[in-house]
Amino acid sequence: MRRAAVLGTGQTRHGTRRTDVSMTGLCREAIDRALADAGTDWSQIDAVVLGKAPDLFEGVMMPELFLAASIGAAGKPLLRVHTAGSVGGATAIVATSLVRAGVHRRVLAVAFEKQSESNAMWALSIQPPFSAPITAGAGGYFAPHIRSYIRRSGAPSHIGAMVAVKDRRNGALNPYAHLRQPEITLESVQESRMLWDPIRFDETCPSSDGACAVVIGDEAAASSSDRQVAWIRATAMRTEPTFYSGKDHVNPRAGAEAAAALWAAAGIKDPLNEVDVAELYVPFSWFEPMWLENVGFVRPGQGWKFVESGETSRDGCLPVNPSGGVLCSNPIGASGLLRFAEAAMQVMGRAGEHQVTGAATALGHAYGGGSQFFSMWVVGRNP
Amino acid sequence: MDTLSAPLTIAFDYTRSLGPVLGRFMAGLRERRVLGGRTSDGRVHVPPLEYDPVTLTPVTDLVEVSPTGTVVTWTWTDHPREGQPLDRPFGWALIRLDGADTALLHAVDAGSAEVMRTGMRVRIRWAVDRTGHINDIECFEPGDGPPAQDARDGQPAQTARDGPQAQTAREPVTIMTTPIRLHYRHTTSAEEDGYLRALADGRIIGQRCPACRKVYVPPRVCPACGIAPDEVVPVADRGTVTTFCVVNVPFAGQRLTPPYVVAQVLLDGADIPVPHLILGVPAEAVRMGLRVAAVWRDRSAWATTPENIDHFEPSGEPDAPYESFAEHL
Repeated sequence: MRRAAVLGTGQTRHGTRRTDVSMTGLCREAIDRALADAGTDWSQIDAVVLGKAPDLFEGVMMPELFLAASIGAAGKPLLRVHTAGSVGGATAIVATSLVRAGVHRRVLAVAFEKQSESNAMWALSIQPPFSAPITAGAGGYFAPHIRSYIRRSGAPSHIGAMVAVKDRRNGALNPYAHLRQPEITLESVQESRMLWDPIRFDETCPSSDGACAVVIGDEAAASSSDRQVAWIRATAMRTEPTFYSGKDHVNPRAGAEAAAALWAAAGIKDPLNEVDVAELYVPFSWFEPMWLENVGFVRPGQGWKFVESGETSRDGCLPVNPSGGVLCSNPIGASGLLRFAEAAMQVMGRAGEHQVTGAATALGHAYGGGSQFFSMWVVGRNP
Repeated sequence: MDTLSAPLTIAFDYTRSLGPVLGRFMAGLRERRVLGGRTSDGRVHVPPLEYDPVTLTPVTDLVEVSPTGTVVTWTWTDHPREGQPLDRPFGWALIRLDGADTALLHAVDAGSAEVMRTGMRVRIRWAVDRTGHINDIECFEPGDGPPAQDARDGQPAQTARDGPQAQTAREPVTIMTTPIRLHYRHTTSAEEDGYLRALADGRIIGQRCPACRKVYVPPRVCPACGIAPDEVVPVADRGTVTTFCVVNVPFAGQRLTPPYVVAQVLLDGADIPVPHLILGVPAEAVRMGLRVAAVWRDRSAWATTPENIDHFEPSGEPDAPYESFAEHL
């Protein structure tokens, strides 16, 4: 297959209410940074791929219609991607596929969410007629599955708090992060309010406005770049129904199969030893040990022990979410692309204060829906 | 027989961040001024674009255009819909304001389609209460010269621009509230319809997938096999809590007062759990494997709704062993 690489990345300053910019301005803040980072201009972009989570979040059906001209798509192909919370990852993969298929030389992928335009909890709790009023919100959807993980693995209760402390302290090193909490402690997390038992306030992602963009190029474009690129060694996406009898909500089949396909395509036999850093989609802290198992870094039931050992901190053997991850910034539609972009930034050596020394191979990961859509890529300093 | 159906309305007052360009445009409307954005090719766009369509650079040059203009093309609506500018028949028109190079879509209060024509002159009718919102333009009306509204207000159109409050008035608008109301009719599937009608009789039914043999409650096309279910299977109104969460947080759209327990309940005879409330027991006493029974509302209140079951409460049976529900987590 043809090679593709990330030439540059850009993201906004993420925050609760970016009322200083419109949706257009938010996207352009990320895009302009990505073009500058890639050393490209608009004339070199051949196509644009746009992703965001459900349109009900902003109340604008098909925002790609009014955004098209401002995001440089006039006269070029524009594709919109929808895969719920994983959409940022899926957007990067669609752009990568266009390059790998030989259709385009350089493709701009952009994803955003402007949560302050409405209320995602409301949008995710719409109750159709003939249904019982059993709404529990986004955290309420995932909390029972976290309880199942704890029961199945025998994990002690402080694991979720440990992840929260790590990610929030990491986020303090990331100038774009929404939440930057260098003073957070295990005790303060454990004393924070219980929202959806067993999920506490400090173990929950924020609601953010934000956008992310990446420029993906073919081998010729990568070769002509005078900066380090992030070679896309493999991508994978898998889907499964939201609900079906026997669905494993703790260790979803689609996630495990996507990861297996990813490692095989990248030629990685021992992910834990061959991957230097991972950006996992962790909206609730307990999903770090769950996804460590699901993507195959450790065996089922071992994720919490790996977290407890400190190996996922920035000086551990597998730093996870050195950017602070979704726990620090959650512009939903952009969150997946942020994971993919942060993985690329690590292998390009452009992650700033949260750079993992010597990172040569990185995983970007996203999931969405009720653990229904999974998207992942492996990027490397070398092809 | 038609399946059950019912209306669904989704509504939210969205809060639009306008950004610097549209924020100035809305602030202009508040003082009865229409601002266009000049792009690199010299054209003036109304409303202004945020980014130049050719150079893709930010638009910064805003210029005032006239509140009068010319109809470029039009159509007529006899039946205005909710949320449209006028509640009586009106013309939809593309209107090029004098001084602008692009046309703006708006309503013309012409009274009759006979009055409408391409090339007709129209002017803005300003809303009496202006807040820095697109609705500050109430509509257009036939005619040339200054808007009649100005006389009604008893002040010339340009006063606000030059008055002592001008600087305050020119502060860009940050947020514009946009109410959205979506009306749907939700029509049930044949499987859901049968399930609801059974509930009205105080019965819970599932249906079995002919391929994987799993019993789904509520019945549905098998999500794993993609096959319509056949055999109708009675399911007990008692079961096992597989897992649960305690909801302590209030949130928009919530219909219960926290704290409350939402559990996945695997009804006896079903192969997939249903979410439901567990009451009649302190939240901290709810546990995985707890056996629970449905608490039905008074029979006189039963209807074709799952709300016939108010909640579940402990049945008093011994807990189910973990192995009996482990595959449903």
